[in-house]
Amino acid sequence: MTFPSKPWVPYLSPKERVGRENDSSSTTPWFRSRLLQLIVLALALPFLFGASDADARYNSLGHKMMCMCGCSQILLECNHVGCTMSDKMDRELASQIQRGDNDDLILSNFVSSYGATALAAPIRGGFDRVAWIIPFVVFALATGVAVWVVRMWKGRGGPRNGGPGDGSAVLVSAETPALDRFREQARKETEF
Amino acid sequence: MPQIGSFSLLLALALAVYSFAVGALALYRKDDFLSETARRAGIASFVAVVAAAAALVVAALSNDFSLAYIMHHSNRALPTPYKFAALWSGQEGSLLFWTLLLSSYGFVLRLRHKVDTQLTAHASVVIAGVQVFFLLLINFAAHPFAIVTGNIPADGNGLNPLLQYPEMVIHPPMLYLGYVGVTVPFAFALSALIMKYPGEKWIQITRRWTMVTWLFLTCGIFLGMHWAYSVLGWGGYWGWDPVENASLLPWLTGTAFLHSVMMQEKRGMMKMWNMWLIFTTFFLAIFGTFLTRSGVVSSVHAFAQSGIGVWFVWFLAITAAICVGFFAMNYKHLRTENHLESLVSRESSFLFNNLLLLVSCFAVLWGTLFPVISEAFTGSKVTVGAPFFNRVNVPIAMFLLLLTGIGPLLAWRKTSLDALRRNFLIPAIVTVVAMIAMIAFGVRPWQEDISGLYALIGASLAIFVIATVASEFYRGGRVIAGKQSTNVFAGMVQLTRRNTRRYGGYIVHLGVVIIVIGFCGSAFNQDKEQELPNGSAMTIGSYTLVSRLATQDDNANYASEAAVVDVYKHGRQIDTLYPERRVYHSTDQPATMVANHSTPQEDLYVVYAGASDKGNPILKVHLNPLVMWIWIGVWFIIAGTGIALVPNMQSVRVMAPVRDAIAVPGTHTAGAGD
Repeated sequence: MTFPSKPWVPYLSPKERVGRENDSSSTTPWFRSRLLQLIVLALALPFLFGASDADARYNSLGHKMMCMCGCSQILLECNHVGCTMSDKMDRELASQIQRGDNDDLILSNFVSSYGATALAAPIRGGFDRVAWIIPFVVFALATGVAVWVVRMWKGRGGPRNGGPGDGSAVLVSAETPALDRFREQARKETEF
Repeated sequence: MPQIGSFSLLLALALAVYSFAVGALALYRKDDFLSETARRAGIASFVAVVAAAAALVVAALSNDFSLAYIMHHSNRALPTPYKFAALWSGQEGSLLFWTLLLSSYGFVLRLRHKVDTQLTAHASVVIAGVQVFFLLLINFAAHPFAIVTGNIPADGNGLNPLLQYPEMVIHPPMLYLGYVGVTVPFAFALSALIMKYPGEKWIQITRRWTMVTWLFLTCGIFLGMHWAYSVLGWGGYWGWDPVENASLLPWLTGTAFLHSVMMQEKRGMMKMWNMWLIFTTFFLAIFGTFLTRSGVVSSVHAFAQSGIGVWFVWFLAITAAICVGFFAMNYKHLRTENHLESLVSRESSFLFNNLLLLVSCFAVLWGTLFPVISEAFTGSKVTVGAPFFNRVNVPIAMFLLLLTGIGPLLAWRKTSLDALRRNFLIPAIVTVVAMIAMIAFGVRPWQEDISGLYALIGASLAIFVIATVASEFYRGGRVIAGKQSTNVFAGMVQLTRRNTRRYGGYIVHLGVVIIVIGFCGSAFNQDKEQELPNGSAMTIGSYTLVSRLATQDDNANYASEAAVVDVYKHGRQIDTLYPERRVYHSTDQPATMVANHSTPQEDLYVVYAGASDKGNPILKVHLNPLVMWIWIGVWFIIAGTGIALVPNMQSVRVMAPVRDAIAVPGTHTAGAGD
């Protein structure tokens, strides 16, 4: 593999290029973006390399499956000595990794042999995706609603019933009930 | 005994129906005399339920196997404390126990009616309604006093061996106290809605009840975790089992309520939200009971599948309809008094805290029910286990932890940039230094799977929260120490006594982060399984285990096999462990008795997994870092909640001359951190 001798430059539309030919600062966003990509890649690499190791794959796949003896435990956490299912499944997993099957194939082999409940999480695609999507959709919707509520509250301004917080200084007599109210409010708001 | 028990249950039902129907009528007619009779009927129903529960316990203690329930859940050889615990070991008995606790809460509430006669009268009717449901259930669908047909057996089937552990005598009562206790805040909230209760007094009454029940629920959940860790022998404490999840759901919404209720008390905001949080917490408590008992989802902890699920569905539907109905009629009464003035304020931190807690609650509920949903849509059942729950909930928990640190440093209404900088600088520096130190001392998230990264972030955020809480205590303590010429520690004690709720809350937060630190340790768990003939050794981490002896025993209740293992660390013997495996005669079921050498650094957790063909013990050894901190954190939560429940020390009013007229600037901000 050979690298081009000329450094790569970001694509700029003709309109964007006007007046930027001699502008040294125009490379800064490009540099930042490259740097960011490098950092992301550097962070991702250890995980990618780790996944290729056979022991790590065994550990990872074994934690993605359930023991089918009915104990409701993760395959590699099944603690029943003499449990024929976990020993058998362990051996199958190890042999398929040794054979060089990829992760998807191994998981799909187990689903064919033991049914979909052999997987510790819904990862078969199709309707299983709904399981993963919905919580994040709800999270996004809830955040949207919360932001909307905050904006609405802020937009309405201060308290509904007047009093402190409506943006204006109010002159009150030291002995009026209003002062007691403010004092009580201050006490409440500084209490926790 | 069966006759006494059955009669008591019927009597309790009649009294609860009276308390409910006549109580409601009295409120409608505004008849104080009728209302008083309903209150007394409620108290009498408690006495009747106590009699029924006592009858069942006496039957268990006296080995009365003419009762089907006792025959199924006890036997002669069962130790006395477990015979007592048989009351909540099976479906029917545990429902009776639930009713007993509900009646007890109702009894306390009705005795304390003078706190607010009208509000208590309404709440008493709501509780009586719930009592009627549970009494109908145990009288007609799951009767604990059913008689054995045919010959009475000489001995019973015995108690599930997994339940024969000291913590099982206290874990279910704690959990039930939490579950059932939720009914009281629910009753007060519904009553306040029905009455259009003026002011926030009902919220203050409800908050105390909620804190107490939240504490019970917390203790129940962690006792369950400790039991699972000590008995199930798989080396973990939380498996995201549907029944475990069922206990977590009301805990999450209850926690959200305890935070958001402060906005209602201080700022008159989120009234509708709080109302629905209490309703939801109650629904989830009932829903959890439904999940455990209906057989809808499969769980190792669930009671036997039965037909009572449909009763719960109807109860939930009717209760939801009542709540929605009254809310639709009276929601205008719940309009907010104030509005948010700044995004950087404690109000918004509570709002986002609530958002995260509820999303987490939804994710747990969704994952728990997804197997049922998947089967309904695709005809194929799937498993939703720990990988799903961890992946969805751990990031949410990280955000929550961040908010736990940020929230208390923000002032009510608005926080200035200066205050932000002042409050966050030191905790932020401490956090960064701690993170660098963790990496320097060998935490390598890039060498582990994603759990290593989560552990590093989690521990760093935990340290951030500890730093913010410590700075809050220190700054407050220093001010008081300066004014009273005392030391900073005495100042901090004084500070806590002056505002128990705030500083008790901080101690609870401290407990939570200590627990999180304990959870973070799980990313570095190790385990090893090995056959260990006498005199041979195995090594895990810095420990060497030498098998000294394999032994067997047989008594009236169980037969057991055990190994005697000497534990060495750096060449020095530090402990002798006795991992054991029992097989109970009555049920022929095995149970693990884990041997655990626990230190603040790590747990050496040894399971007697069985004997090999040659008769040598096979040991499964786990090295679980930082687990002890989980249990230590719970004690902090208990202490913090206890402090928060204590009334504040009376403040001394100092008279000072005041100008005739003063200006009250509307945008002035005050609060923590200012």
